[in-house]
Formats: sequence, structure tokens, C-alpha cells
Amino acid sequence: MFEGDFLRVLNIDLEHNTFSVRERPDLKPYLGGVGIATKLMLENAAWDEDPLSPTQPIIFAIGPLSGIFPLATKVAAVFRSPLTGEWGESYAGMRAALSLRFAGYDAVVIKGRAPKPTYLRIDREGVFFRDARGLWGLDTEETGRLLREWEPGRGHRSTWRIGPAGENGVAFAGVNVDTFRHFGRLGLGAVFGSKNLKAIVVDGTKSYPIQDPKAYNAAYEKIYTEAVKTPRMAKYHQIGTAENILRLNRSGSLPTLNLQASRFTAAEAVSGETFGAQSLTRILSCTGCPVGCIHVGIYRRPHPEGYGYISTTLAYDYEPIYALGPLLGLDTVDKVYALLDTVEATGLDVISTGVVLAWATEALTQGLITESETLLPLQFGDETGYIRAAEYLAAPPNEFYRELGRGLAQATARYGGTDFALTLGGHEMAGYHTGYAFLLGHSVGARHSHLCNAGYSFDQKHGAAFEDAALVEYLIEEEEWRNVLNSLVICLFARGIYTPEATATALGAVGVAVTPEDLKRVGREIFRLKWEVKRRLGFSLENLRVPRRYFETPSGSGPLDPERYQQLLALYRQRLSEKLGMAL
Amino acid sequence: MKTLRVKDVDRCIGCYSCMLACARHVFRSHSIVKTAILVRTRGGLQSKWGIEICRGCTEPACAQACPTGALTPRPGGGVIFKKAKCSRCAACVDACIARVIRLDDESYPIICIQCGSCARFCPQEVLAMEEQKNV
Repeated sequence: MFEGDFLRVLNIDLEHNTFSVRERPDLKPYLGGVGIATKLMLENAAWDEDPLSPTQPIIFAIGPLSGIFPLATKVAAVFRSPLTGEWGESYAGMRAALSLRFAGYDAVVIKGRAPKPTYLRIDREGVFFRDARGLWGLDTEETGRLLREWEPGRGHRSTWRIGPAGENGVAFAGVNVDTFRHFGRLGLGAVFGSKNLKAIVVDGTKSYPIQDPKAYNAAYEKIYTEAVKTPRMAKYHQIGTAENILRLNRSGSLPTLNLQASRFTAAEAVSGETFGAQSLTRILSCTGCPVGCIHVGIYRRPHPEGYGYISTTLAYDYEPIYALGPLLGLDTVDKVYALLDTVEATGLDVISTGVVLAWATEALTQGLITESETLLPLQFGDETGYIRAAEYLAAPPNEFYRELGRGLAQATARYGGTDFALTLGGHEMAGYHTGYAFLLGHSVGARHSHLCNAGYSFDQKHGAAFEDAALVEYLIEEEEWRNVLNSLVICLFARGIYTPEATATALGAVGVAVTPEDLKRVGREIFRLKWEVKRRLGFSLENLRVPRRYFETPSGSGPLDPERYQQLLALYRQRLSEKLGMAL
Repeated sequence: MKTLRVKDVDRCIGCYSCMLACARHVFRSHSIVKTAILVRTRGGLQSKWGIEICRGCTEPACAQACPTGALTPRPGGGVIFKKAKCSRCAACVDACIARVIRLDDESYPIICIQCGSCARFCPQEVLAMEEQKNV
């Protein structure tokens, strides 16, 4: 956007080691981020082919505020998900957005399969295809270290890489970004692996003059001041998102022991407060964010031979603690870290790993599977089995772990146990058993995530006392607006600061003239386009099933009733069809 | 006159707000490539941060090395840069023991003007403007 009245799209062909840059004025109405990525997906998806087919695209995109406004720190990734078979959408922060901005690209489209393991260097000159045979098989940390040492660009470079899980096609493998952040959830790591793509190093060294310093400085400082000098962002900086452990536990919304309970007796021991007091060693920021929400703790344990200590630093948040703590009955900080260490190194998605292992534990107890499948005992509260099982997930030694690595929707088709498989819309659940809005929102959201529309927030505010229409309107409107934030690729923690008015002012200050109403219209249009992709990839609201477990274990809003859920779903479907002007 | 100091590097969270402020206010650029302050890890994000600033020398070696008079000592510490006089020889880069002077895309040195914008935008109070002692 700084080089002319167009967006710059970098197209990379891994099969032929070629690239080209296209100037696209037609993409400007879609802002950037997930907006333009959706348009590019419509242009590039191989509709009838497997998610791991070489012809499928990986699309990365940033927005007009990326790298130049506080908290506009993320990169959107769009792909066909190997986990759900449909829409894949993921976000990562740290230095990713700033590096891509100053490398000079608004979006990157990667297609094809490299003939041998490859990593890419993307910079202002274009793309360099590098031999990654020596990196194949290495974990995410060692891969990151070697790339840091080999590639120039210290300080304005970002390193995105997969571990063995991505190489082996685990359907919920992620991509580790700059050690402490990830493109997680819907399996971007497996798509990397299917393309023989081990890593991408993005180096951003361009410089762009500020066109209107007065307007830009005023808009920048207003947002910066709100982030730093008001209490609005304090919770993210202080205890961090992990403060949710005790909050959700108090309201009976904390999924525990594969959601056999919604309160964890040892919640205090794995709370954000305890993590902070026992292990927090430093706080970090994504580049360009003054908040500092990344909590890095130290996992310290005695050397097994008794000589000295071994220490590892790991970033924690609410979701990793939920998935590897209460959900698996792991009841100490060190047990959570021990498993998280393996998840990080192998490049698995942390939430899905916790959920599939929780299901496997219960399936083993019920006799649906035996130790001949799991190869070891899995017991709630015992981290040693889970660590080995996570290693098996990343590098499957048998058919069972291969199936489990395809996700629970796939594994239960073979082994049964759908009633207690914690998936919503085919995606392993995030950590909120708050009520109907979460349950519905997670199921119907574009990426089947609590981040699509924050249903948990509605539940926490209204509990059981709500009008059905109000709940449905909330979910739709929230998702529409999040499509705007995700197109500007602003961190969703900052959604209270980037109101429609503040967002329009920020955009105006860098020459993108829009009104708050324009933005809302674009949000709805992007929502519609996503649904166009989802439908073409085979998703239907008709096929949604919710496991019985959600209705057996009381939520934070009290017991949930399957019929009420179905009524809400029917109403959602009707209202969304009306609003988007398409039959759903 | 005050000059810039790193008061407590251990408080740094790596947000780069200081570099962005310098680029914005001094160089009217969006990019952290055009900044006179450098925040860097000492080897990956698991390490501590290092912050390179103009140390505000009272007898600045960069000015002494400058053959054209483009760099002259600033009262109270640091230097004043006159771009029109600069021959882009890069002698200042080699002379700076703090290794903070770099060249921009046009090979002009990027010089700290000791304005304090970076300190004003540090959310962690890592940086401060202070009077030099013994001046």
C-alpha cells in the first residue's frame, strides 16, 4: 500500500522454484489480512482436491495498519484445513507482521510441492529457495536456532517453522513463529509439511516515508496512550490470559477431565497466579505492541542423574494451561510445562493435543481402545504417559496414533466415543464451557474457534437469562466486526481500543479513507465470502452435531439442553442466511 | 542539556515502541530500519535484550573522525549532524564504539539527535533523558 494504489501479492511456486509479484488494485476494497486472503483463496483453492494436495495454496496476508500502528501485529494465514477439510484460518504475531510489511508484500501465496525439503527466505529482493534437507526432522527450537544463525537480518526478521508433527502430516500441526507464537489450530503445519516446506524466514528492511506526519502521529499516539496509560489492557500484561483459570473455575465453566466436570479441584495449583509466582521469568511483546502479554516461564527440573538442573523457557497462556492442565487432570505447574515442552518442540497444536489425549484417556477407560493401541497407560493426572503420547502423535508408531493425529472427528469415526469427543464443527474445543453462546459460536464460526465470535463473553454476561434472538444477533455482529479486525490484522485483545470510529481514524491517517459504516459493510462482505468458500469446501450447518457430553456436564450458565441448542442453531441459520443473502 | 540513557535494560519487553517513535518523529519513516536506537536480542528471543543507543559522548569520536564537519559535538553530549556537509564516507560508523551508527539506503549515517522521543514512548521506563555527570 505504500508503493502505489495497489496491494502487492507475492506468488511463490515451490515446484518450479519461481516467484512473481503482482500489483493488485482490485484487492484494496477488502482492506488486507483475512479479507484479501479470502479473495485469494477463492482464486486459488483446489476445490476438489485433498487439503494436502500440492495444488492447494497457503496464503499469508497483512493489513494497512500492520507494522505501523500499535497492536496491529499479526499475520493472517488461510488454507484448506487438513483437520476439518474446509476453511483454515490462523493468526500469528511476534515479529511476523512487521517483517512482512517491510519486506514489501501485502500477501504471499505459496503453491506446489518442493522436490526436496526447502526453506524460503523472503525479503525485499524476492524469494530465495534454500535447501532444508539438513533441517528435516529437527524440532522447532533447533530449526529456529540454525536459521537465526544462517540467515541475516537480525532485529527485523521473523522465522516461521514446523517440527516433526508438520512433517508427518498431523492434521493439527502448527507453525512456530519466533519461538513464542504460533500459527496454531487448523493444521497449517501439515500443509507446510505436504509441500516439503520446513520454514520461512521473512526479512523486512524497506523504509516508507510518512505521508501525513501530523495525522499519523495523532492517530498513533491516541491508540498508544489508550493501550499503555489506561487500565484497558492491564489484564493482558499482568497475570495475563491465564487469570481465566480461576475465573472460569469459580463459575463452573472450566472444562476438566475431558469435560466430565466443569470445575477442577486443583485449579489454584495451575492458576495464572501460581504460574506467575512460581515460574514467570519475563514478559515479551509482539513487535509494535507496547502491552507485553507474552508470559514466559521457566520450567526447571533436576538432571535425571542428579547433577545440577535443566531449564527450559516456555510461553504460557490460558488455553495451553486449560488443555494440558485441567482437561487432563494435570495438577501442577511443572506437569503442565513438561507436556507443553514436548508439544512446542514437536510442533503440535496445544489445544487439539490436550483434547485428543483427554478423549483417548476416557476411551481407554471405557474399553473402546486398549493399551495395544495406545502403547502405554494414559491416566488423568499422570503427565509421563501424555508426554510419550504427544511424541507418538507427532511421529506415529502405529495406526492408532496416525488416526488420532487426523483429529477426533476422524478418530471417533473408527473407534467410537463421539459422545465424549470434545469437538465443535470438527475442531477440538477451546476452554470455555460457559453456555449456549460458546457452544453455538464455536460450532458455527468460520474457523470453529472461540476467536470467531467470543460466545463465551455473551455467556459470561447473560448466563441463562437471554433472548434467543439477542444471542444470535450478538454472534453474527461480533463475527462481522472481527472480520474487519482480522483484515487489519489487529490483535483481538485490542478490540476494545480499535472501535469502529478509532479504526476508521487510524486508516484515514495513512490514506485509507473509510467511515465506520464502510468498515462494517466490508466486514459483512468478507463474512459472506468466507461462507462462499466454506460451502464450496463442503461445510454445511445442516450437518452440525454436538457431542452429548456438553449436555451432561453443567455449564457456567447451568445445564444445557440439546433441543434448545437446536432451536438456537435453526435461528442462527435463518438470520445468517438473511443477513448474508445466501441459502445456508 | 540532557542525553539519552538506558536505565534498566532488564525491563525491556521487546516491543520496539522506542525504535518506531524514533523513526516516526526524527526520520519521518514508518520503518525501524530508519532509527537511531537499536533493540536486539543477544541470540534469539530466549535471551536478554541489548539496547544500542548513542551514548552522548562529550568528546564524540564520530565527530572527531568526520572529515567534512558534518558531525560536531553537541553541548551537553552527543553530536549535531548537518546532512548537507556529509560526504557519506562512513568514517563515523567505524569510529563509534557503541556501534550504533548505521547508514541508510542513501548511505547517509543515521544519527541520534538526543530528542528523547524513544524514552517518551517506552512503556517500561527502560530509557530516560538525564543530565550528563561531570560535564
